[in-house]
Amino acid sequence: MALSNVLEPAVSGFNFENSTRNIVLENGSEEGKIKAPKPMKTGTTIAGVVYKDGVVLGADTRATSEEVVADKMCAKIHYIAPNIYCCGAGTAADTEKTTDMLSSNLTIFSMNSGRNPRVVMAVNILQDMLFRYRGMIGAHLILGGVDCTGSHLYTVGPYGSMDKVPYLAMGSGKLPALGILEDRFKGNMDLEEAKALVSDAIHAGIMSDLGSGNNIDLCVITKEGVDYIRPHRESLYNYKRQAKYKYKPGTTPVLTKTVNQLELVHETVQMMETAGSS
Amino acid sequence: VMISARAYGDNGKMKEYHYTGPVEHKFSPYAFNGGTVLAVAGEDFALVASDTRLSEGYSIHSRDSPKCYKLTDTTVIGCSGFHGDCLTLTKIIEARLKMYKHSNNKSMTSGAIAAMLSTILYGKRFFPYYVYNIIGGLDEEGRGAVYSFDPVGSYQRDTYKAGGSASAMLQPLLDNQIGFKNMENVEQLPLTLEKAVQLVKDVFISAAERDVYTGDALKICIITKEGIREEIVPLRKD
Repeated sequence: MALSNVLEPAVSGFNFENSTRNIVLENGSEEGKIKAPKPMKTGTTIAGVVYKDGVVLGADTRATSEEVVADKMCAKIHYIAPNIYCCGAGTAADTEKTTDMLSSNLTIFSMNSGRNPRVVMAVNILQDMLFRYRGMIGAHLILGGVDCTGSHLYTVGPYGSMDKVPYLAMGSGKLPALGILEDRFKGNMDLEEAKALVSDAIHAGIMSDLGSGNNIDLCVITKEGVDYIRPHRESLYNYKRQAKYKYKPGTTPVLTKTVNQLELVHETVQMMETAGSS
Repeated sequence: VMISARAYGDNGKMKEYHYTGPVEHKFSPYAFNGGTVLAVAGEDFALVASDTRLSEGYSIHSRDSPKCYKLTDTTVIGCSGFHGDCLTLTKIIEARLKMYKHSNNKSMTSGAIAAMLSTILYGKRFFPYYVYNIIGGLDEEGRGAVYSFDPVGSYQRDTYKAGGSASAMLQPLLDNQIGFKNMENVEQLPLTLEKAVQLVKDVFISAAERDVYTGDALKICIITKEGIREEIVPLRKD
């Protein structure tokens, strides 16, 4: 029984065998309705801006599971290559795994060719994969980086669409963020101006969108290197509780207590080679 | 928009496209506007607290929309759920209070308001008010009383109750700190007004951290024999 599963070859792509069963379960009789587990979405505000010397990416740090905040300090700016970073919105697992896979592919490419990857290559790999999965992978990404051809900012959608733009916002808080970007963006800004603009755009998303919140992370990419500022601006809401909610020992009743004495049967010493020893 | 799983057959391959017939589009008469309400009854006081955020979906309609409504000098009601029904229900309750006062020449007591609300809610059993109500006030003997309701009128008298979007987060904490549940060898002191107010503030700060629909500000209505006093405390705005 278990052995026959092991002998079947693995099928690539998504497996929809259970889809009819799931529909029957969800639409079952009144008492028998079973809700499918919902994946955790990041309900996010992410933004990016191209400035004089490179690219500034920004993101909030809240991850929600429907109406509950699942993670207050989640990292949404993912490492792709030393000169390329990616912000991810949408289903949290999808953005994590997609960016990890992209990063691995580009590392292999770097080792094979001895070159730093270009941002267009990262975009092409992402587009290819997301289009192949026909939108089933819910990853809305903003890719930014600096390579030998200049500074670039791209957005890749879950169905495989791509857009190259000088400023961008994605996620559930993109409309308030875009409002700030449309108002104050101009070409060739300097660093402080660009950081303030991205930070204010994310802040607008945090205040107006319930799915975004907590702190703001920034990532500045130039041809000299990367400055990953986490957090750039901490949430100003750290209201302290007025009382300490601590419990004295004995608050949870001890019902039974068994002590298993471990007997020392045999003792040996084994020498190991470590990096420090010769 | 994702492709529905119905487009795939049993063997995992996509089905041939064909017209499935007319599609029904539904209109829902309800909306969920968020908000959390809490009421605590003490020896000679009652507290009704609510957050002031009004939301819909992922947007905020208002940061200053409290959910506590004063009914008489000794009773406050907290309503959360669908804001349209909350407004209509409170208008109806206020009208009924006036009618009672004119016919009986006295104000309604908390227990009487609770019983009346139950019949008003059950009157719309087959198209309910989408409102989670909690009444807090003083009973005829001057002791604190809390009555909690479900959307169709089932109610009971409690010592403390949380309702609304963060109720599942607040209720267990109140069970532990006010009801002394799941603890042993703890001194069970009676709840003072100062301790109750401090507990309500702490509990809402925690709810605002983890529930996206709760935040902006907290309004506490404190009901004692001197009258009704209000306190406003800021909460997270993000």
